[in-house]
Amino acid sequence: MKAAVLILAMAITTIVLRFLPFMIFGKHTPAYVSYLGKVLPQAIIALLVIYCLRDVSVISPPYGIPEFIAGGTVVGMQAWKRNAVISILSGTIVYMVLIRII
Amino acid sequence: MIKKAFYKSLPVMAGYIILGAGFGILLHNAGYGIIWAFAMSTLIYAGSMQYVGIGLLTGGASVITTVITTVMVNARHLFYSISMIDKYKDSGKYKPYLIFALTDETYSLLCDDEEYSGEEINRYRFFVSFFNHCYWISGSVIGSLLGSMIHFSTAGVEFSMTALFIASFTEQWIISDNHIPAIIGIVSTLLCLLLFGTENFLIPSMLLITLLLTVIRKKET
Repeated sequence: MKAAVLILAMAITTIVLRFLPFMIFGKHTPAYVSYLGKVLPQAIIALLVIYCLRDVSVISPPYGIPEFIAGGTVVGMQAWKRNAVISILSGTIVYMVLIRII
Repeated sequence: MIKKAFYKSLPVMAGYIILGAGFGILLHNAGYGIIWAFAMSTLIYAGSMQYVGIGLLTGGASVITTVITTVMVNARHLFYSISMIDKYKDSGKYKPYLIFALTDETYSLLCDDEEYSGEEINRYRFFVSFFNHCYWISGSVIGSLLGSMIHFSTAGVEFSMTALFIASFTEQWIISDNHIPAIIGIVSTLLCLLLFGTENFLIPSMLLITLLLTVIRKKET
């Protein structure tokens, strides 16, 4: 039962975090908050990329080479085809091959 | 339109099923079976928090500790919500679910998406969010069922999650004529990663990003 209580606590806290900004700024969005809404996505996506790669070491083998090449593949494919599914699929395949051969 | 939402959600499918299964397996090994996996993935629906949550459950954490940990791990959702306030403003009956289901990946799919207008876009966003939620629940249930039997021969599939963010970043870079926010994101996060280490850099990064974005706005106006 303790576990159920803890799970509910996690669920409710997460819901509160997600709803809070809407409850505070939902009716009249201050210009500053709208501005943040416009510029935050680009910065946060950059943050998420780095967050995903946080455990990659560039000073010990394989020096982040698989991540670098596979990441480069994603960037290249996205710039070329502008299709996220193709970019992600090709990058992931390249990565899966590289970690087996490097 | 549902088809288009499904197509949009496809990149998340592989990542969520793998990550969800990983969670399900760990939770199963910690002594909590399929019902728990289903309940956590349905109600909490926040990937990294659920992984941390396994430790809280097995370690017998108090409710207060659980709440504080959840705030620390999930504080970034405040930022996602802030940036979706305008977009979700007129989403009517879909709004509560759209806000509830705003995960990292759903956010990255919907934050720059303007493929529909009016009522259409609300349904479209709902289905993208809903499909992702289904993948996540399915993944954790599958993982729980497989339990400790599975040994991943699919090493590297988890890169699909990273690739999703990189593709999203590249697309935003291409369509945007102001790259300063993106550069601020990279520099601030790297700086905080160096200063605070891999475990604690998320919140400082978000604060620094917000601070710098605020500073450049004041300069512009």
